[in-house]
Amino acid sequence: MSDMFSIETGGNAVKAPVLSTGREHKTLRAGFIPLMDASILIVAAEIGFANREGLTLDLVRDVSWANVRDRLAFRQFDIAHMLSPMPVASMLGLGSNPSPTLTPFSLGRGGNAITLSVRLYERMKAQAGLADDASALANARALAAVLADMKARGEAPPTLGMTYPFSSHNYEFRYWLAAGGIDPDRDVKLVVVPPPLTSDALAAGAIDGFCVGAPWNMIASERGTGRIVAAKQDIWPLAPEKVLGLRPDWAEANADTVSRLIVALDRAARWCDDPAHRDDLAAILSDTRYIAAPRTIIRRVLDGEFSLDARGTKRRIPDYFLFHRGAANYPRPNQALWIYSQMMRWGQVDFSEANMARATSAFRPDLYTAALGPDAMLPGPEDAAALEMFMDARRFDPVDLAAYVAGFPVRSPVAMATETDEG
Amino acid sequence: MSTSRISADLTILVIDENAIRASIIEAGLTEAGHCNVTVIHEVQGVARLIETLSPDVIIIDIENPNRDMMEHMFQLTRTISRPIAMFVDRSDTAAIEAAVDAGVSAYVVDGLKKERVKPILDMAVSRFNAFSRLQRELAEAKTALEERKVIERAKGILMKMRGLSEEQAFALLRQTAMNEKKKLADIAQSVVTAAGLLL
Repeated sequence: MSDMFSIETGGNAVKAPVLSTGREHKTLRAGFIPLMDASILIVAAEIGFANREGLTLDLVRDVSWANVRDRLAFRQFDIAHMLSPMPVASMLGLGSNPSPTLTPFSLGRGGNAITLSVRLYERMKAQAGLADDASALANARALAAVLADMKARGEAPPTLGMTYPFSSHNYEFRYWLAAGGIDPDRDVKLVVVPPPLTSDALAAGAIDGFCVGAPWNMIASERGTGRIVAAKQDIWPLAPEKVLGLRPDWAEANADTVSRLIVALDRAARWCDDPAHRDDLAAILSDTRYIAAPRTIIRRVLDGEFSLDARGTKRRIPDYFLFHRGAANYPRPNQALWIYSQMMRWGQVDFSEANMARATSAFRPDLYTAALGPDAMLPGPEDAAALEMFMDARRFDPVDLAAYVAGFPVRSPVAMATETDEG
Repeated sequence: MSTSRISADLTILVIDENAIRASIIEAGLTEAGHCNVTVIHEVQGVARLIETLSPDVIIIDIENPNRDMMEHMFQLTRTISRPIAMFVDRSDTAAIEAAVDAGVSAYVVDGLKKERVKPILDMAVSRFNAFSRLQRELAEAKTALEERKVIERAKGILMKMRGLSEEQAFALLRQTAMNEKKKLADIAQSVVTAAGLLL
């Protein structure tokens, strides 16, 4: 497949020869889950950006995030496509195999959405008189009204799927539910469903909704089984998504390789972001080795062109995927802290200054900027404004996390809101 | 909880979608003297089972996408009722690498001594490997049988269409395979395909 495309950077369409600067050519085993946010890794391998840096990416598709985590920890993978909360959890010692992991590169932003079953959505419409273009918050409040009604009638609470306990999906789904006044641990039942199975599970009635990455939301809505009620951007535009995960000891022992890898990923990210490449990108991703989903759907997802339901209600989400622009690859310490705040909010971890430092240590913008030098894309002043752009109009305060968490009316009863000197 | 367990038998849960492989593991555990072994083939309802069984060791095939569901369960129990602290066995890196290579992973309950887990995992790894080898051999045997069938059919076609004896038909197939540097079965397959198109 790599012969189908030529490298076009800096006005030079000539195929780049294998590096001749005397650097040793290295092969890196890279684990990934079949999702569109693995694009940058896939493109770096397919279009030759890795090769130009003297690297071969041996992409290995896996079936679970737990496998990706363990295979990175036990050295079967050198690098991995990971959920952004995974390195944070690992540094905090959370989960069943907390092995230190860091990220020097974010694999873009966006891509998630929340989809509910058409049955549940119709009930929300009937009960709350929702408009087709209702906001994410209005949808969440309508669900709260339906849940109250279900409780009054003695119906079982709905079962909702997400992907992993330490996932953007878990925290975004909980954020959305809680913003509508729903307690995600008591009013609904949250379960884990592997992303490729979400649409089928919804169709079969095993779950009543899910929060998952692309392209699975669109697949459910096109099948007429689901209705998209919120996109990741609605919840928090700066919300982190997938990252490149590395073992700190490996990163230290292979500093030059890490640097070359970041350069290759930066070039691949720029390529993915160019709308002119969307046809090619959709063709690559739809391949059975990668996502194995219909090319036309992937193409439309790249455009952010959503069919919200089977009746043809459309919604266009600008920048649904950001692979590079908006400093999308810069691993922001504030994002790590926000993840940590949500872990506290839902009782996964306690607050302490030491934990705060551990959480921040998972995101390594210093490695990103050192590798790219003048090509590094740094966050601009809009980052400060983004701290206020949450769906419930709450401002994220990375300085006083304990107060930020305590300020949420809906949170886990075990969420610690007081500072301790532990650790 | 863990002190009372030290002298007691280990409770082991095996989760494997492949029923044959699961029973091979189960037999191995029984031979090693473990009596409290439960085997399940699907993950449906595993949460309740783990809660009632409270296993010391869970052995799971890593091709099982439901591992993430179990990770969620171990997390969730922190906030409800009785915490289930299960960790990926990290007793010895080389052993774990061999396990992941073989396609198996183990969760062990917090505080369990690694000497008690290692023989269990080693046994699971060797049986997983033996199972893969068996499957490979079976697949090879199947292919060999298929190939023989195709060659027989090709011979029959040549005998009928060109009036050859069985030996002559076979010699022709073999000569063609040698000339074209292809496998005998591939040439035989082309004869069968061509005959299907022409007749």
